[in-house]
Amino acid sequence: MATFWIILTAILVSSACAILGCFLILRRMALVGDAISHAVLPGIAIAFLWSGSRDSLWMLLGATVFGLLTVFFIQSLQAGGLSSDASIGIVFTALFAVGVILISLNAAHIDLDLDCVLFGEIAYVQWDTLTLGGTDVGPRAVWMLGITLLVILLVIGLFYKQFKLCAFDPALAAACGIPVVLFHYLLMGLVSMTSVASFESVGSILVVGMLIVPAATAYLLTDRLGKMILYSVLVGAASSVGGYIMAYALDASIAGCMVAVAGILFVLALLLSPKHGIVFRYARRKFAAR
Amino acid sequence: MWNWIVAILSDPNTRWILLGCLLLGFSSGIIGSFTFLRRQSLMGDTLAHAALPGICIAFMLTETKSVGLFLFGALVAGIVATFGISWITRYSRIKQDAAMGIVLTVFFGIGVVMLTRIQHGASGSQSGLDKYLFGQAASMVMTDVYVMGGVCLVLLIACLAWFKEFKLVSFDPGFARGMGLPVGMLEQLILLLTVIAVVAGIQAVGVVLVAALLVTPAAAARCWTDSLSLMVLLAGVFGALSGATGTIFSTLVPNLPTGPVTVLAATVLFAGSALLAPRRGLLARRLRSLQAKSAYLREEHATLQTLSAQRAQQERGEL
Repeated sequence: MATFWIILTAILVSSACAILGCFLILRRMALVGDAISHAVLPGIAIAFLWSGSRDSLWMLLGATVFGLLTVFFIQSLQAGGLSSDASIGIVFTALFAVGVILISLNAAHIDLDLDCVLFGEIAYVQWDTLTLGGTDVGPRAVWMLGITLLVILLVIGLFYKQFKLCAFDPALAAACGIPVVLFHYLLMGLVSMTSVASFESVGSILVVGMLIVPAATAYLLTDRLGKMILYSVLVGAASSVGGYIMAYALDASIAGCMVAVAGILFVLALLLSPKHGIVFRYARRKFAAR
Repeated sequence: MWNWIVAILSDPNTRWILLGCLLLGFSSGIIGSFTFLRRQSLMGDTLAHAALPGICIAFMLTETKSVGLFLFGALVAGIVATFGISWITRYSRIKQDAAMGIVLTVFFGIGVVMLTRIQHGASGSQSGLDKYLFGQAASMVMTDVYVMGGVCLVLLIACLAWFKEFKLVSFDPGFARGMGLPVGMLEQLILLLTVIAVVAGIQAVGVVLVAALLVTPAAAARCWTDSLSLMVLLAGVFGALSGATGTIFSTLVPNLPTGPVTVLAATVLFAGSALLAPRRGLLARRLRSLQAKSAYLREEHATLQTLSAQRAQQERGEL
């Protein structure tokens, strides 16, 4: 049963991340995802101090607020003439530092391990269960991630056309009358929600891995957005299962193994993708030269 | 306050740590200016994360915790990571930001796998390896400060020796290539120096936050000046200031880690610079735009007045 819950959690994390990651990659904002997943830390710490419990709802709220704040800060620094990479670097390190200070100053009140913040501990998922009306209905993380995934599917499904246009051609989208800024913040809100929901199970840095790596792998395999999302989810799921097996074999961190397997899949796609892979492109060039 | 500072300075251990953090802030501020101008600020973040497997491999191979060995391991991992990034961007359609993200997380994931392997292996001496994640300047000893000083010296000499070349490469690589400079090699050299600064910084501020030591002082310095040599110097001073502030505060307050305080001090310096700098600061710009607006209004008012006076004259003349 434990294996089932762990793999289910991992697949939920990777699917939620994979869907959003496609849009991040296309909008060239992969590192904004990185920034958000770090910068939600003070939100989580404040929610902890405020509510005094590990109540997921408060954490979700606090972190989403901080995620949006991050995006806002980055954008205002950019508007002030700073390059995008520098503004990302300044904002996320500052917010992460605030989070670490808050946690280490209140170490007595917050039972949040700093190592856990970075790696998460997906193996403990099964112990933290949710009880509804006296009956045990399964791990809390699964519920939280399930709801997050549902919200993502709902929002992206409803506004698929708008998100697609914003991803490929924001100027055209603005000209068509789509509120580009609103959709930008909506996407960023979803990213922060996902990074919090996945936080406890895979940790902040490996959330970034699940956001970027499967989506980049899918980006190498296809030119259509719909297919890209599908492939990205499949790659994410494959790395979840593969990661669990690898972690079991090596007796090491599950989240780390998941990202490592995703990395292996990425390298395979980089080499062997039929259209954009290095091997086939090289072969085609040789063939054409002859 | 003064008494506290005197008390801190009288403790030899703290004095070493303070010196180490000062040197570290100074040297990473200097090399950070170049990465900042080349728009590679997040390279520091990527390299820091990528260093983790290098550190773990160095530990696994030797079973000792020596800073020099870790530096070497991290250096090798950082070089592999930079090659990985340039390889991915050159041979596929993936853009640089995504390539950096991929290398960062995959290397870090592998590092975490190794770290947990080491911890589960429990050879006893592994404790403290995870200090590299958040950094702990308080654990620095005299030899570490020597290493730090050496690193700082190397960075300083390199930046002085190749200042002209680095300047050209940072501002106009195309022109530099036209002049016959080995641009590719110089770019690799800047990256190598960045790796050295990052690896030295990991011990004090940790993997996640070391990027701030490179970016934030440089961005703050950029607000004050348009001259590169002045900017480099200022960035170094800002970095050293934040390093010192971080050390002092974290010794004063129990449970306060050095790295985050250093980063926050740098951020405060940056915010102050962005607000108050004489020409590029927010206040100065606001003031300038107000002045321009009022000057324009005054001018318009004056022309309107002369126009109406002329018209009145004309009307009177006609009458």
